[in-house]
Amino acid sequence: MIFVAVGTQMPFDRLIRAIDSWADSRGENDVFAQCGDTGYTAKRIRMQSFLSPQEFTRCVESADLIVSHAGMGTIITALEKGKPILVMPRRACLGEHRNEHQLGTARNFAPSNSIEVAFDEQELIAKMDRLVCGRESRSPISCDANPSLIKTIQDFIFQ
Amino acid sequence: MGRLRPALSGASVAFVSTNPDHEADVQDGRFYAVRDASLSSKLGLVAMTLQLFRIVLKERPQYVISTGAAPGYIAIRLARLLFKARTIWVDSIANVDQLSTSGQKIGKHADLWLTQWPHLANDNGPNYVGAVV
Repeated sequence: MIFVAVGTQMPFDRLIRAIDSWADSRGENDVFAQCGDTGYTAKRIRMQSFLSPQEFTRCVESADLIVSHAGMGTIITALEKGKPILVMPRRACLGEHRNEHQLGTARNFAPSNSIEVAFDEQELIAKMDRLVCGRESRSPISCDANPSLIKTIQDFIFQ
Repeated sequence: MGRLRPALSGASVAFVSTNPDHEADVQDGRFYAVRDASLSSKLGLVAMTLQLFRIVLKERPQYVISTGAAPGYIAIRLARLLFKARTIWVDSIANVDQLSTSGQKIGKHADLWLTQWPHLANDNGPNYVGAVV
């Protein structure tokens, strides 16, 4: 299953539309999208506006590939579960968010190979084709924050 | 915040979230939900502040830790004012290019003021000691 997520705040139809046309042209039927409050009617993918945190985690767990906006919540969950994730940043200049912080997240992650980044729909489609061919498994990251961050907070509270 | 839990082990913890569904994720503490609000909704902020005021009065926290945004900012201000709580701000990792609005404003009210990006740390601003991933 390919799980698509746009987060809890605003819809992100540019992502949903691109994935839906990709799925339609490739004949991919097993795509489930959490799409927010959207007026968009899907051609092929299954959609639901919102999921509870628990449903969201289950979807990530059962997905072979996660495609999402560049939100840190989704990125962290995918990394924790060892799932490949492809993100496309929301753009404030297109009215998709309040500011361009998702572009910052995407730029920061683009050079690493822990996640895949697409900056526009064209790149998204190209990367979808490549990722779906070679769905490799990844080793999950630890469920805890960086040890020095944990220790700093611990020392602050308990000493 | 889930990824910072090991830092809180051994403490009596009350969690506050804007999503009531997160109650199911909390096994090791008390849970409260408040409404979500930001600077764009003054009325929402007032209602959320009242909710946080009741929670802070009931819990009387010695420490408050938050990763943002408006609810965390208000909780820190209230707990510091009412109970002289010591306060920790860990600015969200989503803020790569600049601190969040609440993360900038909280500076003088946070005893431990952290960013998760080394390039956002400076002598008069937040420290960097690591990130949640």
